[in-house]
Amino acid sequence: MANSHTRAKTQEKVEAESEPRSTASSDYGKGALRQGGGDSLNGVDPEVAVRLMRQMLLFRRFEERAEEAYAIGKIGGFCHLHIGQEGSAAGTVGALHQDDYVIGTYREHTQALAKGMSPNAVMAELYGRVGGCSRGRGGSMHLFDAEKYFLGGAGIVAGQVPTATGVGFAIRYRGEKRVVLCLLGEAALNQGAFHEALNFAAIWKLPVIYAVENNVYGMGTAFYRVSRTHVDDRALAYGIPCHVVNGQDVLSTYTLFRRLADEVRHGSGPHYVEIRTYRFKGHSMSDPVSGTYRSKEEVEQRTEEEDPIRILKERCFAAGVMDQEELEGMDAEVRKQIDGAAQFADSSPAPDPVNLYDYVYAQTSQHGRLFLDGRDDAPGDGGAEA
Amino acid sequence: MTPPATVVQRPRVAELTYREALNQALQEEMKRDESVFLMGEEVAQYHGAYKVSKGLLEHFGNRRVLDTPISELGFSGLGVGAALAGLRPVIEFMTFNFSFLALDQVINTAAKWRYMSGGQFKVPIVFRGPNGAALQLAAQHSHACETYYFHAPGIKVVAPATPADAKGLLKAAIRDDDPVIVLEGELLYNIRGTVPEDGEHIVPLGKADVKRTGTDLSIVAHGRSVHLALQAAGELEQEGVDTEVVDLRSLRPLDAETVLASVRKTNRAICVEEGWPFGGVGGQVVSIIQEEAFDWLDAPVFRVTQADVPMPYAKNLEQTAKPSLERVVRACHRVLYGDGAWGDDTQ
Repeated sequence: MANSHTRAKTQEKVEAESEPRSTASSDYGKGALRQGGGDSLNGVDPEVAVRLMRQMLLFRRFEERAEEAYAIGKIGGFCHLHIGQEGSAAGTVGALHQDDYVIGTYREHTQALAKGMSPNAVMAELYGRVGGCSRGRGGSMHLFDAEKYFLGGAGIVAGQVPTATGVGFAIRYRGEKRVVLCLLGEAALNQGAFHEALNFAAIWKLPVIYAVENNVYGMGTAFYRVSRTHVDDRALAYGIPCHVVNGQDVLSTYTLFRRLADEVRHGSGPHYVEIRTYRFKGHSMSDPVSGTYRSKEEVEQRTEEEDPIRILKERCFAAGVMDQEELEGMDAEVRKQIDGAAQFADSSPAPDPVNLYDYVYAQTSQHGRLFLDGRDDAPGDGGAEA
Repeated sequence: MTPPATVVQRPRVAELTYREALNQALQEEMKRDESVFLMGEEVAQYHGAYKVSKGLLEHFGNRRVLDTPISELGFSGLGVGAALAGLRPVIEFMTFNFSFLALDQVINTAAKWRYMSGGQFKVPIVFRGPNGAALQLAAQHSHACETYYFHAPGIKVVAPATPADAKGLLKAAIRDDDPVIVLEGELLYNIRGTVPEDGEHIVPLGKADVKRTGTDLSIVAHGRSVHLALQAAGELEQEGVDTEVVDLRSLRPLDAETVLASVRKTNRAICVEEGWPFGGVGGQVVSIIQEEAFDWLDAPVFRVTQADVPMPYAKNLEQTAKPSLERVVRACHRVLYGDGAWGDDTQ
């Protein structure tokens, strides 16, 4: 846990050796990102390291394919890529048990994949097809899989934080040994929903891990411009232990989350983690990668230095658990898997407009009108297919 | 062997206040279903700002009756998350005026999670509390909030007017698998009425109730306005006008059929509500009537609403702003062509 530290409620600060305290520039967090360790795998089991590598490759190739598909109009609306932040998806979600809950942001393709959702179903959802994980109703920002306990896909910044906390409440209410992982971005820290929810988690000792992916920019606004305090301080006021970890180092991230999930499962109450990472692409597909808010040079340099896949690759090679040939073989397999996902999405039909009103209500067999518009006039309903 | 004589069981009823009826509904449903819990400001130790939850903490303990900090957005969202994970939360807003702080969780999460997930989740949650103006509480504490909620697909809204309906609708809401807004009348908590003691006394969502039958005119109302409508019907009776009062009870689903049947019988209607006229409940009801019963109408349908201003504090101004018996009767006279001119009932 070279790059993480915990602080007590009393604000006794245990500084990580090379962690810069200044947030007053976009270099924030960089210093923590270049540490090696004696043990190149940080004590992580080699099999796990290989699994994390495969996951991150899958995420990268998936997002690259989504980028291509968006460019040719197969994906519409907003599409937020996670390229550069793969370590924080693999290292957080990947450290949980199958029956733990995850709720994510609108930048959640990889988080969904990390929870075991099928690339086919996720890609088909991006394509707006009925084979999608949300049957084409959600799109890129609203991925769900009840069976995998993946609860979204939340499109309102910080909206998922109270929701996740309520899932934690339900876990505690039933006395289960489960965890809910709430993923959020650093920009969510200025929303009231975040503060109200964290207070609840603290007073009721709920089994929630709040994982703040600090990718430096909330759309185009650097965090230091909108906060006088640090990301990793934000939960102290509620008495929640705060940690910071280098998200570009998936092994550290994984190790920390493994430990925290275990503690939470055994009744520790909530934890809060700042994951320092960097978004290599624009805020969404419709935004430029660099521009008025960050320079091309900055993006190029950090992309070069902080690629989580390259960092893990070097560690795996150094530890001798994988060589170049094996990595290439793995990448080829992953690419094939993604080709299959794109083909599946392409061949999945668009949802039938007849079903436009499905899924609004769970219980519709009752009196009165639930809908007031001409439901009977919905395309196809009572028309061509009747 | 002689078979035992059939005994006709008369339903046991009790004379209860609206408040007690709600309390009974909560008690019965919490006993019936372990996944039901009550959460809100002052609901536990204090027994609720309006004492609806009296005795629940003592009976069910603090695992299931929870006092919250003043964090409407937070505890509403907590409820939604708990519902997604399989519980059946009942969230009390101290008053619905404060529910605006929680709108994002109600509209963007509770109402949409099922749809956005392609039907994978249900959100069985109840948001309940007093709604509408009480007495001289001024602009921020006198909202009638129904239109904010019934506007959104994915949400159901009910507004009981009597103790029996309060019990039956709250029980139905708790058992429903969708988010249900239960709008209680702030000035109704003390009214008394006959309430079935039966634990299975359920008033189905979406079913209006004709609270008084008549042939000359229909008054469509919900919640506290039902009582105003009944009073007006009493006055009109003195004049020989036979008024029907339709209590919508549910606003979404909306029992348009009962409204339409009444209008087709009486050929005249007014709508009464505590909220504002722009985009109001009455506006919606009138739209349905003109679309589906136009040929049965003998007069335009008028609405009586709160005056289109924030609620003033001064007693006389407040009285002027609220729907009053006088304004309801005047609107009835208008549709009966009793006083000539058509137009805004406030004139």
